[in-house]
Amino acid sequence: MLGLNKKDTTLLIAVAVLTMFAPFFLNPFPSDSAMAQFNAGYPDLMQRFVIFGIFAIGFNILFGLTGYLSFGHAAFLGVGSYAAVWIFKLFTYNVVPAIILAVIVAAVFSVLMGYVSLRRSGIYFSILTLAFAQMMFALAYSVLSNPKFNLTNGETGLQVYPNDPQMFHPDSMQDFPHLFGLYMNSTYTMNVGPWAFDFNTGYYLCAVVLLAVFYLAIRIFRSPFGMMLRAIKSNQTRLNYTGLNPRPYTLAAFVISGAYAGLAGGLMAAMDPLAGAERMQWTASGEVVLMTILGGTGTLIGPVLGAGFIKYFENIFSKINDAVLHQWFAFLPDGLEDFVVFLIHPFVGKGWHLTLGILFMLVVIFLPGGLVEGGQRIGKWIKSRGKSKDTGPKTEPAELGE
Amino acid sequence: MSKTNLTRRGVLKTGAVAGAGVALPTIFTASSAAAYTNEPTGSSVTLGFNVPQTGPYADEGNDELLAQQLAVEHLNGEGDGGCLNTFTSKALKGNGILGKKVEFVTGDTQTKSDAARASAKSMIEKDGAIMINGGSSSGVAIAVQGLCQEAGVIFMAGLTHSNDTTGKDRKANGFRHFFNAYMSAAALAPILEKELGADRRAYHLTADYTWGWSQQESIAAATEAMGWETVNNVLTPLASTDFSSYIAPVLNSGADVLVLNHYGGNMVNSLTNAIQFGMMEKVVNNKDFKIVVPLYSELMAAGAGENIKGVFGSMNYNWQLQNEGSKQFVKSFGEKYGKPPSNSAQTCYAQTLLYADACERAGTFNPCGVAEALEGFEFDGLGNGKTLYRADDHQCFKDVLVVKGADNPTNQYDTLEIVEVTPAAQVTYEPNHPMFGGDEASLGTCNAG
Repeated sequence: MLGLNKKDTTLLIAVAVLTMFAPFFLNPFPSDSAMAQFNAGYPDLMQRFVIFGIFAIGFNILFGLTGYLSFGHAAFLGVGSYAAVWIFKLFTYNVVPAIILAVIVAAVFSVLMGYVSLRRSGIYFSILTLAFAQMMFALAYSVLSNPKFNLTNGETGLQVYPNDPQMFHPDSMQDFPHLFGLYMNSTYTMNVGPWAFDFNTGYYLCAVVLLAVFYLAIRIFRSPFGMMLRAIKSNQTRLNYTGLNPRPYTLAAFVISGAYAGLAGGLMAAMDPLAGAERMQWTASGEVVLMTILGGTGTLIGPVLGAGFIKYFENIFSKINDAVLHQWFAFLPDGLEDFVVFLIHPFVGKGWHLTLGILFMLVVIFLPGGLVEGGQRIGKWIKSRGKSKDTGPKTEPAELGE
Repeated sequence: MSKTNLTRRGVLKTGAVAGAGVALPTIFTASSAAAYTNEPTGSSVTLGFNVPQTGPYADEGNDELLAQQLAVEHLNGEGDGGCLNTFTSKALKGNGILGKKVEFVTGDTQTKSDAARASAKSMIEKDGAIMINGGSSSGVAIAVQGLCQEAGVIFMAGLTHSNDTTGKDRKANGFRHFFNAYMSAAALAPILEKELGADRRAYHLTADYTWGWSQQESIAAATEAMGWETVNNVLTPLASTDFSSYIAPVLNSGADVLVLNHYGGNMVNSLTNAIQFGMMEKVVNNKDFKIVVPLYSELMAAGAGENIKGVFGSMNYNWQLQNEGSKQFVKSFGEKYGKPPSNSAQTCYAQTLLYADACERAGTFNPCGVAEALEGFEFDGLGNGKTLYRADDHQCFKDVLVVKGADNPTNQYDTLEIVEVTPAAQVTYEPNHPMFGGDEASLGTCNAG
């Protein structure tokens, strides 16, 4: 289907089902139960899952295929956001032109940054991209936000003010980004017994975009161009000796992944029309590296899983405070309750970084292929358990040879 | 007895039909009959406390959180009641708000606008928070204030000192109890004139972002008005940790006062560098060299240690204030946590009580009703003395403290001494003051979602 082989079609359908029914999957607990704390099916977080999924898919096209580790991708995300908010400020709240411009501007920036940075490889490339990104962060945070020439509005973040021109924005419409009249923040809540499921317009826009770019990523992975990128990763010197110039290919990969980041930035601004400079900081660039590694570098679905994993911790674990813990363990005797809360306290609330760090270490040490490898191992274990009766361990050497 | 055949398909079908049956009637009702965002329908009401728990202002954020929890206790009638005893408005009975028990959710802003908005959104969308309180940075406060305006909930700002929060970025759903850069400058200027004289030459080092500029602009304007000369203003990158290279030129510039428009870790570092250069012992133009830090906080003072001796600055509140409200608050906070409250803790505590009180007086949680109850509200007994919530820009007007690093601190909390309590009248300005967005700035209309 759609020029994909059977396995990829299944993957695409699986992703489609997951994203379309995410409001159900992510809210498994009744909204008044104690476990509701772990529900992630509210519009903002669902949007974030998908947007950072797009960001990580794009990053993986560069890092997963060519092996070039960029530490500056957040810069493109930020540039995309600024471009989108400027469209909102000057022209219209319709998200289509905003997202298109976000992609274009991010791609242009990535051509410039890639052209310079890709002259080096390995750690030097990483440092160059990091330097560029920090430079752009500093520009956005202070230099370009001075009162005389205010392009980014600095620390406060670029936002739409009532006195902005907004040339094509009719007064009859609400002041919020929309897709031809469908407002991004409109949510329909379906109550089924004690459960509540949120269906948000903005989320579904992001989800459809995710599916489109996921499909594009599959095509890139399976194309001759993708093969060239893999060749660059495995042995660039040999590629040079065969008379091929790898630089146009790496630059193309860099620009594609930059455009993905810009798309993510544009969507972020469309969901919430404010663009802050912190989006471009090096920690944000590091985050997407973590997402990709955590999920599984070079795999199709891995980065999306990694993005979901990190955003879940950032938003859910950071909100568990001592009061919540006491509520959970209220059934224990007082002394024991306090002790258990004392034990868990460092890992939740403000300690969410710690929990995430520990999990990241565990994944990197025991599952070098990321969460995807974990899934594959479980799958294999289940399969081999079923098979073990007739074939036994004889199949193992064949599997190892994969 | 009939035999039932349970097949997988049969169970799924029945389940689906039953599910659809249950869902059907709600489809028509679910398009929320609520009059406003997150109208509390049960026996409790949820407040959202959004503070930095990680990052550069984590200490302040955690202190704010302690104060907010204390406020919730007092609202629910637990503990000693705190400032409910001294508050001039007697609407609060210690039985929650409008009879509903107060619950709260917390979140981590990380001192980043994006993270703060994500956290506030999750409170509003997931936990049903009706009010967001907190924040330790102006950028974050302005970003979250905008969000609350869009979402239709009330925002009670925590520590935010930039003029913009209630200036050009003022919002109908946002309220600020904390003072601002203009007030700092207006309070400091007369004291500086008295203590340092009217013919000083000032050198500014300014953190290169919105708050820094608005602080520098305010101080320069106020000191120039009394005759000071601004020799130079150097913008320092926010990420700087070593300010030596910025300090050296100060000594050769002929300036005799150094104004550090820095906050948090920046201020600790720049002040320490300045002291290391021996500036406080220098004599320039036959005058003792002086350092001024316009915005002080206890936690910064603790960070800078010995170095703050004799350094002037301003504060919104200090636990050494001896009015009834302050004494009561310090007692409640101290008994529970074993330390005096900081400036930022007090503002969050007061904001939470003010919100609750406004709900009681308005008789509703509807943001528009609450906003109306807060506008033009005059009160006392929360620690700052007589205070007015001005209707035009949702800014509190109250006395401002001018403080100085204590020469002989008696204990670790006694690092600052109050030089003067500047009366509110002296720091009041017109709502359309040019530093506050001029005539263009407007609150907009209140949004109830």
